Amino acid sequence: MDAIQKRMLEAVADLHEIPSGAYNIRENGKSIGRQSSENIEIVPKQDKDGIDIYIKPGTKNESVHIPVLLSQTGFTETVFNDFHIGEDCDVLIVAGCGIHNSGKGESKHDGIHTFYVGKNARIRYVEKHYGEGDGNGKNVMNPTTVIEIEEGGRMEMETAQIKGVDSTDRKTVAKLADGASLVIREKLMTHGEQYAKTDFTVDLNGEDSSANVVSRSVAKDKSYQVFYSRINGNNRCNGHTECDAIIMDDAKVSAIPEITAASVDASLIHEAAIGKIAGEQLIKLMTLGLSEKEAEEQIIQGFLK
Amino acid sequence: MLELKNVSYEVDTEGGTKEILKNINLTIDDGFVAITGPNGGGKSTLAKIIVGIYEATDGQILFNGEDITHLSITERAKKGIGYAFQQPVRFKGITVSDLLTLAAGRKLSVAETCAFLSEVGLCARDYINREINASLSGGELKRIEIATVLARETPFSVFDEPEAGIDLWSFNNLIAVFEKMRDKCRGSILIISHQERILNIADKIVVVADGRLKQVGTKDEVLPTLLGGTGSPCKTLLDKITQ
Repeated sequence: MDAIQKRMLEAVADLHEIPSGAYNIRENGKSIGRQSSENIEIVPKQDKDGIDIYIKPGTKNESVHIPVLLSQTGFTETVFNDFHIGEDCDVLIVAGCGIHNSGKGESKHDGIHTFYVGKNARIRYVEKHYGEGDGNGKNVMNPTTVIEIEEGGRMEMETAQIKGVDSTDRKTVAKLADGASLVIREKLMTHGEQYAKTDFTVDLNGEDSSANVVSRSVAKDKSYQVFYSRINGNNRCNGHTECDAIIMDDAKVSAIPEITAASVDASLIHEAAIGKIAGEQLIKLMTLGLSEKEAEEQIIQGFLK
Repeated sequence: MLELKNVSYEVDTEGGTKEILKNINLTIDDGFVAITGPNGGGKSTLAKIIVGIYEATDGQILFNGEDITHLSITERAKKGIGYAFQQPVRFKGITVSDLLTLAAGRKLSVAETCAFLSEVGLCARDYINREINASLSGGELKRIEIATVLARETPFSVFDEPEAGIDLWSFNNLIAVFEKMRDKCRGSILIISHQERILNIADKIVVVADGRLKQVGTKDEVLPTLLGGTGSPCKTLLDKITQ
């Protein structure tokens, strides 16, 4: 691996070397490394770009890493990855996309991830997006996540985009069966003239299903963020969505939570707050000897931690 | 150590200007100084002027002989002025250990963090990784606030009503904290307080009322006049009190 590959792998997947367990590393449209394990099988799709990941029922404490790197300016792709997670699994899935664009062309990765979470399975899904480059080419990522959780299944999704992505339109749709639960934590920071749209739709179809969708974001410079979060309660269920944004400079943030109850036993809550960094927070840290700039950095770093 | 020369502070109001502090002359040398006086008298404003949150509209502030009147909050903090807020600030995502590290300006060992927290009656095990957010009670926040000033180990520390919002049980421990600070005081401690027990351990008591310095002296000189009451309340209030 070269230095750029190493840096991007670290940024998107916390990887310092080739991971243990199952993995697939994709660079500029080609797999540059793939390994299945005894319980996790990675199979390339025949009809389109992408892979199928089959996780055997009862697989526990194993992980799958599927980072994507784009280092060729102007490269665009659409990739379909399907995760078939067997009953009673307990696994960690790490995806992520890093773009290094040092040219003038627009680099674009559209990943469509579909999760079939089996009965009573638990998965933690971590997805990070990172862009860098010294050219004028734009870095674009439009991830779509489709989630279907069967009875008693649980998915935790952590998504982060902290740097360098010029435009992103991320869409997540989820359907939950009886007793299934979904937790989504999004962290987002935009700067320059970046645009980021987030769109979550969760259908709580099953009895005693639950969802908690939490977004924390910081919008700097002239960037623009739009946050949609829809939770539909179609049964006895619990749904909560929260968007908390810090706005700075000339940025713009829209938060549009929407909750719909189609059952008298659906309990749904939404919260949304947008505001600048509180002056007294800055003052407190300045009385500890930090400059205003340092205080601002600490507050943002904590907020997005 | 700290010298206020003719310090005044005015704010603009609809009908002109309002004088919050007028011609304050005060010298604070090493030791334990308490500022007391009625609500709205200008005590907290005076603290904020010393720390740099407000800038005096007139007068001069000297710290160790150096003019700091126009220095920023950060510059004053770096020169060794510490400040505990009357109403501590909450932060999403910043933990107790993060804040104490920022306060100390260096990496703290678990043992050191534990030492600062136990000073204010908190067990590090329960608090070290807690976020300084709405999950902490007012009293807990207040103690963490005091711990951040202890962690700075500044030669000049200002506490604005440290006892406010702290339960009676913890209050006894808090007094012990300040007694200990006084005993091994390497510099000055300035405390705004209404508590007789805090005033009792002060080397010097300063009374501020109506934006002016009314009295400066030892506790034996000041306390009797305080308890006797200052000023003359209106008839309605006087009737209420004597009923």
